[in-house]
Amino acid sequence: MAAPVSLLVEFGGGAELLFDGIKKHQVTLPCQPEPWDIRSLLKWIKQNLLKERPELFIQGDTVRPGILVLINDADWELMGELDYKLQDKDNIIFISTLHGG
Amino acid sequence: MCQAREEYGGCEGPCGAPRVSCAQKCMKCKEASPVLVIRVGDAFCKACFKEYFVHKFRAMLGKNRAIYPGEKVLLALSGGPASSSMLQQVQEGLSRETAKKLRFIPGIIYVDEGAVCGQSLAEREETRRQMETILQASGFPYHVACLEEVFDLPSSILHCIPPDPAGPRSSYKEAVEGFIRQQREEETGGASVPEREVQEKLAGLCTRDMPGAEGLAASGARPLATARTDEMIRLFESVKTLTAKEELLQTLRIHLVLHTARVQGYSKVMMGDSCTRLAVKLLTNLSLGRGASLAMDTGFADDRHGNVVVVRPMREHSAKEIAFYNRLFEIPTVFTPALDTKAREKASIHRLIERFLCGLQAEFPSTVSTVYRTSEKLSATPGGAGPVPERCVLCLCALDTNVEEGSALQAILVSEQLSQKRLPAASPTGRGCCLGTEDQRGCCRNATAPGADARADLLPLLCYGCRLTVKDMTSLENLPPYVHSELERRKCRAAMKLEIQEFLLEDEAGNPGDS
Ligand SMILES: [Zn+2]
Ligand SMILES: [Zn+2]
Repeated sequence: MAAPVSLLVEFGGGAELLFDGIKKHQVTLPCQPEPWDIRSLLKWIKQNLLKERPELFIQGDTVRPGILVLINDADWELMGELDYKLQDKDNIIFISTLHGG
Repeated sequence: MCQAREEYGGCEGPCGAPRVSCAQKCMKCKEASPVLVIRVGDAFCKACFKEYFVHKFRAMLGKNRAIYPGEKVLLALSGGPASSSMLQQVQEGLSRETAKKLRFIPGIIYVDEGAVCGQSLAEREETRRQMETILQASGFPYHVACLEEVFDLPSSILHCIPPDPAGPRSSYKEAVEGFIRQQREEETGGASVPEREVQEKLAGLCTRDMPGAEGLAASGARPLATARTDEMIRLFESVKTLTAKEELLQTLRIHLVLHTARVQGYSKVMMGDSCTRLAVKLLTNLSLGRGASLAMDTGFADDRHGNVVVVRPMREHSAKEIAFYNRLFEIPTVFTPALDTKAREKASIHRLIERFLCGLQAEFPSTVSTVYRTSEKLSATPGGAGPVPERCVLCLCALDTNVEEGSALQAILVSEQLSQKRLPAASPTGRGCCLGTEDQRGCCRNATAPGADARADLLPLLCYGCRLTVKDMTSLENLPPYVHSELERRKCRAAMKLEIQEFLLEDEAGNPGDS
């Protein structure tokens, strides 16, 4: 049983528009049998934070191409992408590089 | 960390996406932990990334030798990531020690496009306030313009004005030497540098040369002209497709920036197009039939306007690099909605191409750079010594529509005529055109403003790409006055030429087609 995980989740580059225009979200992920990773975080975001047009943020089980993911200010490509195991106090940032957000 | 892609485990490089991880060291200094992956498999630490980013900007300017020392350069700042980091690069370059200092005189223009991007007046004020903070902090002279100001532009904006021959065009080397000499004199001579700065500042206070136009005295002091805003909204409402709206906005924006540059004496405009944006633009323009001006539209320098040259120094920086740079080094940006914000993915050709490229890029990380490299291989139309080609009234590219028999364009025109065979070829006199049964094009709806006439007059003066844009407009009445007056001027000139034609001696060896 994984303990609850507190995260600072940020959206930028226009991605925040899909989240009521709010850039910073302090969130606590509940206990669950499996440890939290980015893949399960995306599912959770879709169900709990995303306000509209999910297809503009998530495609399949990953982020829409053109949206960058930073884990504690480092490229998620260095951290295992979807498989990265979230740690308490992690800072996860999603930045849209797409025109118009 | 690599379990997910086990099948690529032992295979580095070309076959599949090689995984890199934090455990690895920065590929440059081989010491620090990397923070981002730039090219396939190349991971950089924060310090090395900064050096790489800054070097690339300076190398782009150095390689092209486009900007002369002491030249006035107008930075087009939208508040978005690319132009904001471009501004920061210029600031960085100007603050260096003498040997490595950039030597041009910068100014900034910000164009408020809120009217057509769905912002309310209050939202526009707020965006403008945020922009002013950035503009003021830059310490450079700046100009804030509203897109609505295009209604006041002179028709000379549609002319290619040759560069001032007295200007510093001799050679780059001479210009550099001259500048260094002049600077030494100034250093010994005293107060002239601050004096020049004061003049720059004063110039920055006046955004327009229009009589009666109020300057930019205080933040938000200039009331937004609501009548103009309505006009602008009507103009964009008359455009049926998002693709054409996007094209029209780009055209109007560049006209406004160009005007400011000319009035304020800037000879270069810097745009922050990233290589990702340019790759999208390249494929978009191909799809829009703008192949003929591709080199100018996506190259480093665009000199179609003559005395003001547009340059794109960010063209080798990817959107990812820019986003990381801004985040890691806390470069302020202002998000403003664009025409296509929250639009469906297939809403416009621009949007569709962007999705296509980003999708490919996710699978094949060198997609964008491959497309971008293509643009480097293009060269501007071989104008050579031949006669100056007729230019498109709107975008000023060389007209690509005077083509020989059997071209693709001809085929399109023929099939277009065939498919509309009910309509006779628009008669030049026009007035009799609704004697027929159908008047669906509404040519007689308003006898004083014959929309169909304007359209028939305008289309032949446009490049193929701009024709498509105009064809997507329900009415041309809302186009800014400078377009109409330039159209009139061209018409008069053509009519006059026709009149005197028979008195002209046919010059067999001379420049045909030149007027
Ligand atoms: Zn390093
Ligand atoms: Zn054109």
